[in-house]
Amino acid sequence: MSDLFDILLTAGFWAATIRIVSPLIFGTLGELICERAGVLNLGIEGIMTVGAMSGWMWVYQGGDLWGGVLFAACMGGLFGLLHAIFTVYLGLSQHVTGIGITLFASSLSYFVYRMLLPNATTPPKIVPFQPIAVPYLSDLPIIGPALFTQSALTYLALAIVPVTWYVLFRTPVGLAVRMSGENPVAVEAQGINVLAVRTGAVMVGSAFMAIGGAFITMSWFDAFYFGMINGRGWICVALVIFASWRPGRALIGAVLFAGLEAMQVRAQQSAGAFIPYQFFLMLPYVMSIIAMIVMASRTKYPQALLVPFRRGERV
Amino acid sequence: MDSEPILAFQGVTKRFGTLVANDDISLSLRPGEVLALLGENGAGKTTLMNILFGHYQADEGAVLVDGKELPAGSTLAAIQAGIGMVHQHFTLAENLTVLENITLGTESLLAWRQDIRSSRKKLDAMMQDYGLSVDPDALVSSLSVGERQRVEILKALYRDARILILDEPTAVLTPQEASRLFSTLKSITTRGLAVIFISHKLHEILEISTRVAVLRRGAIVGQLDTADANREQLAQMMVGRTVSRPKLSPIEPGTPVLQIENLTSEGMGATALKQLNLTVYAHQIVGIAGVAGNGQGTLADILSGLNSSFTGSLLINDAAYCTGDPRAIVASGVGRIPEDRHARGMVVDMEIWENLMSEDIRSPAMSKHEILINSKAALRRAEQQIDQFDVRCEGPMAETRLLSGGNMQKLILARALARDPAFILANQPVRGLDEGAIAHVQGQLLEARQRGAAILLISEDLDELMSLTDKMAVMSNGKLSAVFDSQQHSAAEIGLMMASGGHFEATTGQDSGTGELRGH
Amino acid sequence: MVIEPRQSVSILHAGLAPIWAILVSMIICAALINWAGAPVFEAYGLLVKGAFGSAFAIKETLTRSIPLIFTGLAVSVAFRAKFYNIGAEGQLYAGALAATFFGTGLVTMPAPLMIPFLVIVGALAGGALLIVPVLLKTHLKVDEVVTTLLLNFVVLLMVSYLIEGPWKDPMSLGWPQAASIIDEGVLPTLMAKGRLHLGLIIALIMAVLVWLMMRYTVQGYEIRAVGHNAKAAEFSGVRVNRTVIMTAMISGGLAGMAGVSETAGLKGYLTLDLSPGFGYTGIAVAMLAQLNPLAVIPAAVFLSAVYVGSDAMSRAVNIPTYIADVLVGVSVLAVLCSVMFSQYRIRWSK
Repeated sequence: MSDLFDILLTAGFWAATIRIVSPLIFGTLGELICERAGVLNLGIEGIMTVGAMSGWMWVYQGGDLWGGVLFAACMGGLFGLLHAIFTVYLGLSQHVTGIGITLFASSLSYFVYRMLLPNATTPPKIVPFQPIAVPYLSDLPIIGPALFTQSALTYLALAIVPVTWYVLFRTPVGLAVRMSGENPVAVEAQGINVLAVRTGAVMVGSAFMAIGGAFITMSWFDAFYFGMINGRGWICVALVIFASWRPGRALIGAVLFAGLEAMQVRAQQSAGAFIPYQFFLMLPYVMSIIAMIVMASRTKYPQALLVPFRRGERV
Repeated sequence: MDSEPILAFQGVTKRFGTLVANDDISLSLRPGEVLALLGENGAGKTTLMNILFGHYQADEGAVLVDGKELPAGSTLAAIQAGIGMVHQHFTLAENLTVLENITLGTESLLAWRQDIRSSRKKLDAMMQDYGLSVDPDALVSSLSVGERQRVEILKALYRDARILILDEPTAVLTPQEASRLFSTLKSITTRGLAVIFISHKLHEILEISTRVAVLRRGAIVGQLDTADANREQLAQMMVGRTVSRPKLSPIEPGTPVLQIENLTSEGMGATALKQLNLTVYAHQIVGIAGVAGNGQGTLADILSGLNSSFTGSLLINDAAYCTGDPRAIVASGVGRIPEDRHARGMVVDMEIWENLMSEDIRSPAMSKHEILINSKAALRRAEQQIDQFDVRCEGPMAETRLLSGGNMQKLILARALARDPAFILANQPVRGLDEGAIAHVQGQLLEARQRGAAILLISEDLDELMSLTDKMAVMSNGKLSAVFDSQQHSAAEIGLMMASGGHFEATTGQDSGTGELRGH
Repeated sequence: MVIEPRQSVSILHAGLAPIWAILVSMIICAALINWAGAPVFEAYGLLVKGAFGSAFAIKETLTRSIPLIFTGLAVSVAFRAKFYNIGAEGQLYAGALAATFFGTGLVTMPAPLMIPFLVIVGALAGGALLIVPVLLKTHLKVDEVVTTLLLNFVVLLMVSYLIEGPWKDPMSLGWPQAASIIDEGVLPTLMAKGRLHLGLIIALIMAVLVWLMMRYTVQGYEIRAVGHNAKAAEFSGVRVNRTVIMTAMISGGLAGMAGVSETAGLKGYLTLDLSPGFGYTGIAVAMLAQLNPLAVIPAAVFLSAVYVGSDAMSRAVNIPTYIADVLVGVSVLAVLCSVMFSQYRIRWSK
């Protein structure tokens, strides 16, 4: 037990937590934005794969890092648009479309990767984002190296939480997004195009997801592996429920999860002799299920989640 | 009336498939006027207003506001032209505040922040001005139906509407709330706004409007000043022929069939029921009046077998009611007509015969050992029922979704009456139907009464209840008033009871208190 | 733009929807093939030849379609009740685990008993894996998509643990794999040459049984009613929760059978690469079949042919094999779309 407690006090643990949390933040906020607008986006797993591959590939082909992030975001937005055309404009099943997007997006990513690098046996590497030490703050004990010696993308992830909150809850467009997820007819009746609002939200949310994927290949690791998203997208979907669709709580939930994962990596080293590593790896998935169980009965879903809106349809 | 028309429809036509919902409609509206749009359900009133408000696009014709043509199919253009609409089904987001609901869409979507302070100021001033008060920070889910309607009106006024459309605004109100709405409308029109008031209730139209336009089967069949109109004439114009609705014939009530004593329920999210007492006798129709959401749904759910969390006693023909088990309830001699045909009554994506056997599919007649469906028997019975209830369809294997509302209701009726039930629960059985179908449904209920069924009729339409029931009780805030003779009280008196919040005064006469009544 | 239901849906139109979907998918993949620098028609020709060009190829395609028929059936039953079971992959492995647990020596019976026994325990294991997600859905309204997806990862890690640890076959020279299924439990091959095994017959029988159940039994009726309109079903007396749980058990059971058939039929022992995503491809199978259990058979054979054929094609013209996965993903989306357009039409103006 004291071992675990000691872990909590190491800067390495916190640094790892913050690193692991970044893609979760992007993914969870992305999903949150989609669902706030009333669209469940199960394309997340595939869109994160697209982001991971395309961002990395951009840099590998000679582009710069931020260009890679932007490219990943655009690709994410593109798949978001595809999801929106199916679910928002055509009103098709959000569940099935999302799964279809995930199958399509991940296989396309692998195809393109193999296409461009047909003979790579060991995955080639890029020079990823480097940690930036914030002057003075990075000298603080424990939280200095943990919080203030991170890569620029991590800072972006942390910054995007309050920004998302502000946009959703303090701007007219945020109100329109939330209202679209609660009662699309009300939005239409006020002269706003629901379909456009929902499409926009899904595209922005998907861009976030893709940046989350790009973080993994461009800041956490430096290469693209097959199956590297490994269910992180699904965990983000669970985190959105855990967070009751609130950005602040999404951050807390993501940190809890990342802490757990960072802890499990370290606990594997100390307890790996008695407990097989597979059980540690199961933890995030099991915890996601438990998180949904805990929150299921206490949270209010956006009322129009999963409900398509068709203009001019005769009721 | 020499002012220029503020709004004009010119030859508006709208088709849905083969159905002509609006047929070459021309109509105009002047400032300060309340134009009543009168018509049966399905006459095309709502379609016309949806064209005006940009929800639909007309196939032909144009809408002019201040002499300028309104761009078709754009709600935004309609709002900017000064049109405000209070929808029949409120368009409010329940989990957001009143202020958020009202200000949505009033600011540029590109603005980097909401100007909450100045919107609050404008709203406060408006509420003062029109005497419409609502707490701007309250969640809509915490508001009563009347308050929600006020929010809808404020929403329109906030956007400087000059033409206000109200679609069946009184359907959800008590008579007292309705008269408050009418005084609001009067104060609005004195400021030069024009109002279009959609209704099929004649007395309201005579009370509030200055002019009436009557729609029948999508076409305007007449326009006249309200001052020159009378009830009979309007009814004749609306229906087009004299439809004689079936009337009650006197008949001696029989033995008690349904006995409810001290029924109390938490309601499971719906309105709670408090100490209900009611007995329905054979050969008797008992009506439950009240504004929707006062507990009728909870009672109907309990009697239908969807909700079994209650205390108190529930007997049918002196035996325990098969609580919480719809099929056992049906087997014990109950027929149920649900409130919502599409949501609860029928699985519209399945075929007609499949829907007709849904209640007794596990009975020996319909399936072997509750495993193999006896489709031959089911089809044969479905054919008979289609014949007997005059359902217009291509046959028992047709998809249910293709049926009209009236024909779908006939199917539900056929299913509910199939085994000659001793007790019938009819929840809003004629809502949204046209006159012909209404007469058919009501006729079937009366026949069942003649045969000895005990019928509980839940309705929001006082006229329907007063003409079709032997006895009535009023439901308000989860409580049920004492049962009274349907002819005993006026509509106004019943309205007061509906608005009483469940504090019923002891009714006069022999049946006070007990809620049980027998004889004449 | 207005979307409105068609007045009448011709059977021809509805029946052709999957064909349209396949065509669209092939056109989109043709763009990728073209991008890869290969001649499109030749590439597709190679694909067809690789899948059906020889007796061996046909047998290979059919062998590969066996797990897809099972998972396709699993998905189509579940989706009929609007129970979105995306966990067929995990349930397949659960079935494989059960087959390994009972079939590697713990129980010995003569083959005519042993094989049905393994199929049944595999089905039970697959169903058991759905108990938690389905109860969470019926009692707490937790979305089943996410829970079933997450369980896929948990089960796979469990398999990894078992075959690297307690169940590791000491004879496997260090490869992580479980002991072989005993001879009585192995599904016999149907023909002297090739790997085509008894699993195909079992899969076909299950397809017919599921079709009969959906069409002619009270259970099937109730599953359909719940899927189309749970509220109306409840009103008419269907026990909705019980029906959804029942559906989940049937669905999980069918996916579990896929695991048994792969372990006891094809490989003979459990490995971590037993399934290259048969559970996920099952979704595409079910969608192409429009959830019709009999149509699952051709849909499974078609997608199996895509996989088998694309192996041959990619070797010959140097296209990444992922082209097959792309085609599967696109076909899910395309069939959604084409089914919709068989029921609705778009009016662009007025």
